[in-house]
Formats: sequence, structure tokens, C-alpha cells
Amino acid sequence: MRLSTLSYNFHQGIVNIWKNKMFSLASIATMTACIFLLGVFYSIGVNFESMVRNAEEGVAVTVLFNADASEEQIQAIGEAISARSEVAKYEFISAEEAWESYKMDYFNGDEEAAAVFADDNPLADSASYSIYLNDVSMQDSLVAYLEKLDGVREVHYSDVAANTLTDFNRLIKYISFGVIAILIAVAAFLISNTITVGISVRKEEIAIMKLIGAKDSFVRAPFVVEGVTIGLIGSVIPLILLFILYQRILTYVAEKFDALSNLFSFVPVKEVFHFLIPVSLILGVGIGFLGSRFTLKRHLKV
Amino acid sequence: MIRLEHVSKTYEAGVQAVTDVSLHIAPGEFVFIVGDSGSGKSTLIKLLLKELNPTHGKIIVGGKDLEKINRRQIPRYRRNVGVVFQNFRLLQDRNVYENVAFAMRVVESPKKDIKRKVPTILSLVGLAAKYRALPRQLSGGEQQRVAIARALVNEPKILLADEPTGNLDNRNAWEIMKLLDEINQRGTTVVVVTHNMDFIKTMNKRVITIKKGVVVDDQGGEEI
Repeated sequence: MRLSTLSYNFHQGIVNIWKNKMFSLASIATMTACIFLLGVFYSIGVNFESMVRNAEEGVAVTVLFNADASEEQIQAIGEAISARSEVAKYEFISAEEAWESYKMDYFNGDEEAAAVFADDNPLADSASYSIYLNDVSMQDSLVAYLEKLDGVREVHYSDVAANTLTDFNRLIKYISFGVIAILIAVAAFLISNTITVGISVRKEEIAIMKLIGAKDSFVRAPFVVEGVTIGLIGSVIPLILLFILYQRILTYVAEKFDALSNLFSFVPVKEVFHFLIPVSLILGVGIGFLGSRFTLKRHLKV
Repeated sequence: MIRLEHVSKTYEAGVQAVTDVSLHIAPGEFVFIVGDSGSGKSTLIKLLLKELNPTHGKIIVGGKDLEKINRRQIPRYRRNVGVVFQNFRLLQDRNVYENVAFAMRVVESPKKDIKRKVPTILSLVGLAAKYRALPRQLSGGEQQRVAIARALVNEPKILLADEPTGNLDNRNAWEIMKLLDEINQRGTTVVVVTHNMDFIKTMNKRVITIKKGVVVDDQGGEEI
């Protein structure tokens, strides 16, 4: 296609959008709503996932040893733990360290109160390994393995926490995927509808073009420009809105809910948009392009 | 230039529009095709534009067998056949210049060619002064001139006119006929479908008469 033809078709596509103002606006609005909701769901999903990951890191499995366990046995248990792929990190906590930590929590650093136990560590049999997992869903198999090891007296773990986190994370993922898929289908349908209206308004023009020797690509080009432009505008607007909104929420939470911001760490805006910008643009432009192309295919047989 | 060999066209509903038509139109000829409404005249035009394919027979235009032209080659073929309709079929939202330039843009002509040729062709049809007018601001005769300019601007070898004067008063109709005659004098083969017998009697051209899809008379030209 010549450069002048390209610029003519581009111009015609923009003129078409202007001529079909109401339908174009409706399409842009729908696309904006779809991509905006997609962004909202993605942001919630990605933040929740990050929170789950943080929480998962805090879920520890504790391995306590038999009272008569030898140092070699404890070391062998440590080696067995380190060999497991689901283990993110593990640490040995001696009976003395356990008592120190307990004193800090329970006596709040009150040395006098704790002095009663000065020569008699009440947690003498509490040396342990604390294990942190990189995937909580693997907890059950690890616990079963640990319980069978020689010298292991008890394995402490929180079954409820692990299962709830894994299930909830999965549920959020499924809902997000479902909603996003529905939104994409709705956006594609609406763009196709706008192009259909545009075609019915310009049926005569298309027929004349075909009768005086226009190639299909020439007839198609302005409609494709129209679809792609609607898709592009419909994805840039929600991206800007989401960017502003996300930053505002981050600032607001940081200012108003100081305690909350210590508890949860939000995924940085840069990281969220690193994914959202390309995905939204590809979706917007892609839906616009495919929507217009497939709709036109049915109308080019003159 | 145009050759039809035993051409028949039956529509899907079973209506036989054209039956066993054979005729030859030589390069540079001016031919009237006449007949009552429903006689198959417009079907003939549609067959020549390859809007329709014949059920039987062969159509050869400019040496090309239309049956052998595939869908992708149709645009190139149509660029050699200008067409004018009874209801003008102009783009109402574009001015005279743009309507004519449109035909050149459609065939992807360079910008400088468009700028050079459109004013020339508008002068030929006598509308140079009204190049900025919208179709609704023109009379029927003027609108048909724009349609003729659009049909001619790509310099087709054949001009098909389907009832070009059907919507015009007598004076304007005559103007259009004179213009088509002038175009023919310049070497373009002109085929005019009409039911107006006044022109036919006065202009002394070849007349092919169709009745119920069958050629019943062919005067002033050689029959094959």
C-alpha cells in the first residue's frame, strides 16, 4: 500500500470514529471499563498473592528432638531437612536460645522475674529446627517425612493456616481468570458491534468502492484503523486511571493505616504496571484489530 | 471488446433472468440495450461487472474470460470498466472533487496524479466550477455528471451506464446522452441500458433489444 493511501485510510478511520461518535464512545467506554476491571482484579490478585507469600514465609514447621537424641542425630536431621526442595530456609534453635526468646516475650526483659529459673532452663528439651517453606502446599508431605526421621520427637505445624492460604490463593486466581475472560469476551463483542454499525452506515460506500475496483485491503483498512484506535484509547484511559488510583491508595493506606502498612506490604506500582501496561495495550489493540477484521469479513463479498 | 457466448443466468429462486444471450460489442462502439423493466438488462450489467456469475455460457471482456478471474483479481478487472447508475450512487458526505478523487484513491493512484486528473475530468463534464459542492446541492443532471466523471477518471476502456437518465428530466437527460456520446468519440466503448426510446431514435446507434431475458432484436451492429 502506498504511503498516501495509508495516510488516507488512517484519516478515514479517524473520521469514521468521529462520524459514529456515540457508538465509538460507547465502545471506548466499555473497553475502558473492561480493562479497568481487569487492572483492578490483577492488582488485587497480585497483592494478595504477595501477601500470601509473605504469610507463607512466616509459617514455620518446628522439629523437636527426642530427649536422648545425640548431636550427630540432630545434625543428620538438619542435613535431611536441607536436602528437601520445598524448604526455603531452616535454622537450629538451641534450648538456651529458645529460653532467651521466651524470656523476652513472657517476662518482657524483666531479668529479676526470670532469675528464678537461672540455673534450671525449663525449656531444656526444646532444642529444635525451625523450617520455612517456599510453598505451603508442600507442608503435609514434609511433615510426614520429618515424623519418620530417627531422633524426632514431635513436629509442630499449623495445618489450618497452610490449607486456608493455599485454598484462598487458588480461589482468588480462579475468580480473577474467570472475570477477566468474561470481560475480554464482552469487549470483543462490543467492538464488533460498533464496527457492524459502522459498516451498515457505510454499506453503500463499501459497495461503490468494490464496484470501482477497490481491493479488500483498501476497504478494510479504515475499519481496522477505527477498531485499533478505539482499542488503544480504551486501554490507555484505564491504565492512566489505574495508575493514579493505585498510587493514591498506596499513599492513603500508608498515611491513615500505619499499622496495616507494616502488616501488609503492597506490590510497588512499577511492578504492577510492568505487567499491566503491555497486557492492556496488547489486549486493547488486539481486540480492536481482530474485532474489526472478523466483522468485516462477512461484509466484503460484493 | 465484449463477447457473450450463450450466456444464461438463473437466480437461486429459480427466476431465469437471461436466456442464451450471445452478442459481440466491438472496441469503440456505442450500444443501447433496451427492454422493459424485468427484461434482464440490469442482470447483463451485473454479469459484465462480475457482480454475478452466469449459470451457463462464457463472457469475455477485453480478451479476458470472466470465469477465469478469481476473487482477488476482480478489483483489477473492474478498474477497466467504468460504471454509472440510475441513482448516481455518490457519497453524500463528500464534495464533487472528493467523489471523483475517491475513485482514484480506491485504485491507489499517486496523490499528484489525483491532483492533476480530477480537475481535468471535472472540466470535461462541465463541473469544474462546482468542485466544492456537496451532491445534495446539485441538480440530478449535475449529480449524474459527477458519477460519469468518477467512472471515467481511471480511464476505463468500457463505460457501462445502467439507466443513466432514469431520474432526470428531458433536458438534463439529453445533456447526459450528449456527454456519453462525446466520451464514446474519444474512444471509450459505451454500453447504455435504457428504456427511453426517444434517444434511441434520435442518436442512430446500435440497439440491442431484450425481452424476458432473450435478445429479440439487434439493429445497427453485426450479430454473432
